[in-house]
Amino acid sequence: MLKGILVLDCTGRLGWLAGRLLADLGADVTKIENPDAEVHTSDWRALNVNKQLTRLDLGSSAGQRELDRLAASADILLATFTPGTREAARFQHDRLSAINPRLIVVAITPFGLTGPKADWIASDLELMAAGGAMSLAGEPDGTPLRVSAPQSYSWAGAQAAVGALTALAARSRTGRGQCVDVSAQAATLIALSHAPTFVDVDGTTPTRAGAFMTGRSVKGARFRVFWACRDGFVNFILYGGVAGRRTNTQLAAWMRECGAPLGALAQVDFAKWDPTLATQGEVDALEAPIAAFFSSITKRQFLEEAHRREMLGYPVSTVADIATDPQLAARGFWRDAAAAEGEVERHCGCFAIIDGERLPLVSRNDAQVEAPRAAELT
Amino acid sequence: MSVSPQALSGIGVVEFGSYAAGPHIGKMLANFGATVIHVESFARPDGFRMQYPPYKDRKPGINGGGCFAYFNDSKLGITLDLKNREGRALARRLCRWGDIVLENMRPGVIDRLGLGFDTLKADHPALIMLSTCNMGQTGPRADTPGFGSQLTALAGICGLTGERGGLPTVLYGPYIDFIASTLGAVAVLAALEQRRRTGAGAHIDISQYEAGLLFLAGPLLEYHLTGRIAERVGNDDPDASPHGAYRCESDGWIALSCWSDEEFTALAATIGRPEWSRDARFSTLAGRKSAAAAIDAGIGAWTRERAAAAAAALLQGAGVHAHPVDTIADLFTDPQLVARRHWRRRRHPVIGDHAYCGPAFELSETPGDVTSAAPLLGADNNKVFREILGLSDADYAAMREAGAFA
Repeated sequence: MLKGILVLDCTGRLGWLAGRLLADLGADVTKIENPDAEVHTSDWRALNVNKQLTRLDLGSSAGQRELDRLAASADILLATFTPGTREAARFQHDRLSAINPRLIVVAITPFGLTGPKADWIASDLELMAAGGAMSLAGEPDGTPLRVSAPQSYSWAGAQAAVGALTALAARSRTGRGQCVDVSAQAATLIALSHAPTFVDVDGTTPTRAGAFMTGRSVKGARFRVFWACRDGFVNFILYGGVAGRRTNTQLAAWMRECGAPLGALAQVDFAKWDPTLATQGEVDALEAPIAAFFSSITKRQFLEEAHRREMLGYPVSTVADIATDPQLAARGFWRDAAAAEGEVERHCGCFAIIDGERLPLVSRNDAQVEAPRAAELT
Repeated sequence: MSVSPQALSGIGVVEFGSYAAGPHIGKMLANFGATVIHVESFARPDGFRMQYPPYKDRKPGINGGGCFAYFNDSKLGITLDLKNREGRALARRLCRWGDIVLENMRPGVIDRLGLGFDTLKADHPALIMLSTCNMGQTGPRADTPGFGSQLTALAGICGLTGERGGLPTVLYGPYIDFIASTLGAVAVLAALEQRRRTGAGAHIDISQYEAGLLFLAGPLLEYHLTGRIAERVGNDDPDASPHGAYRCESDGWIALSCWSDEEFTALAATIGRPEWSRDARFSTLAGRKSAAAAIDAGIGAWTRERAAAAAAALLQGAGVHAHPVDTIADLFTDPQLVARRHWRRRRHPVIGDHAYCGPAFELSETPGDVTSAAPLLGADNNKVFREILGLSDADYAAMREAGAFA
């Protein structure tokens, strides 16, 4: 879809996903790395596949000249840096615009190009803190947590791709490029869903809930979300409403078919049961036989049976579970790319299916993609 | 309202969307000037209107919900009964007007309503349509109904959140829906570029599950390459130490991390432990990880005596990664978000003056904006059907009579 769009990707970890998303949709993305930059980590390879690697020492005047030469014919330049540094001057929109007025310069920085924290430094941990996400993850009385695999970088990269293409739409009318100023902090706020509206409309502040769900029962009952099963955990909640009634009824039927003890589940009429009125004692009594039943089944059994019975709930997958999920295989999600030394790397494919097809991971020459490290320039 | 044209001015979007996954795409486009029409019906209003708090004065009401408002600013709101013949006919006309149609129903539902891609494309060959759902439009589990909050577990993200060896952890709301909506916006905007070049439309199929996996692309490749299964490890990071959250005064917390020996030296000096930089145990990353308990105790003793904001400012001044763990309330007073006008207050007819979320990026020439508060149910029927579709008074009355807007 982005055939012919030339992207210069001068990003560090904070921005890698942006170029990957544009490349997945057909843009020609050149990944610029310093001569000594590490390009063998899984994160680097996963987020820079589909790009062409070029080694440039941007600190040298030759490197700077080469960057400017490339920028003269590019459509989009993606960069990450700390505002106010010498590195930042390299990617200044005013300077690059004089070379190529059609160029869209996407500056991806932790806090944005302006404001009192513009020159603050932040890694994923500080961004998850600054974006409010840590305050919502963890046990209520415990330490606020980040996700163990960086998320804020992906939120920033994904928003940078939206920004780049929004500016591209503007350029089709004005003929001019512009500066896209992406704040990773602001991008991370998107992960909060509607939590901010509670502060604004209700005067309350949502906080972290750990492995339970609270705030649904007027009697203060908390509901279990994560349950141990035979080989890990499942995510299942006693919901109300139409979907919840169906789910709860189907679970009881499934347990009955397996000969599992129903306990308090045998007495409850889910057509009438209302979780918003449940006491903790009632919830505990209902959850006990469910916990015993779940401990006897596997994650995959739960996934398949919940699908068959149209129940809400999913297993808590590990990367190994995801790698073997038949749904992803059926949709051709995984893409094998040839890497150096005859290796094959299995990547997440393009994130969308367009007109019935998942675009292949290909290089700019439409050849089978080689992992960029195989095409290093020195 | 912005005076100069915005980036997406003149682009028409019809949204058969509800909850988060569809409407958040429309919001991102609307904030940069697209004309986005959010389609509901009185029989089936958007689930975010009534099923989730908060509500104005804590009284559930169809037009008083903050959750719906938050994802639907800057849009026009109309009602069409898609089970009604005339309602469907009008919906189809609206899709002929639009450049982009967004829908997040279960697979097959939009086809059964007579508004599937093939039908709409016959009317409008350059149409761009995006369908987003839990599992995607195809595959053995395509028909799975589901909540984004639970799908976040299937996509591995809940399992990667929590203390080492502890339970998996809930992420707030339908976390993964917003990954899918952001990537969906990327796809729709790319399709616009393709259409400018070739004149061709596109049907985009987004699986919210697959979109979420792009946020774990590294750990997934690592598994495929080495068999290593990523696990939840609290706030640890393999490449930094210290790396964590520490209690401050007045129930506050601060997050901080050191990524080099020099940064650790700067931290030690700032918190009054200059001797740490001379301690051989702490001179390497591996050494600091082994001695994490002692280092964490030292940092914690310093942070507990200080306000998080003051501590973070001191550490940043010394070149150390640090930021207060902002609560959701803190986000409204965070000086950086305030300076960048992240929150835009607009007057809503029922909720009153309240805050909407601005874009995560700013454009220097064609800035984004929250152009209006979220619409009341059916608020823009008159404008959309008469001004945009050009129905005559008589036709509009006849359609209403026929139940098209019910």
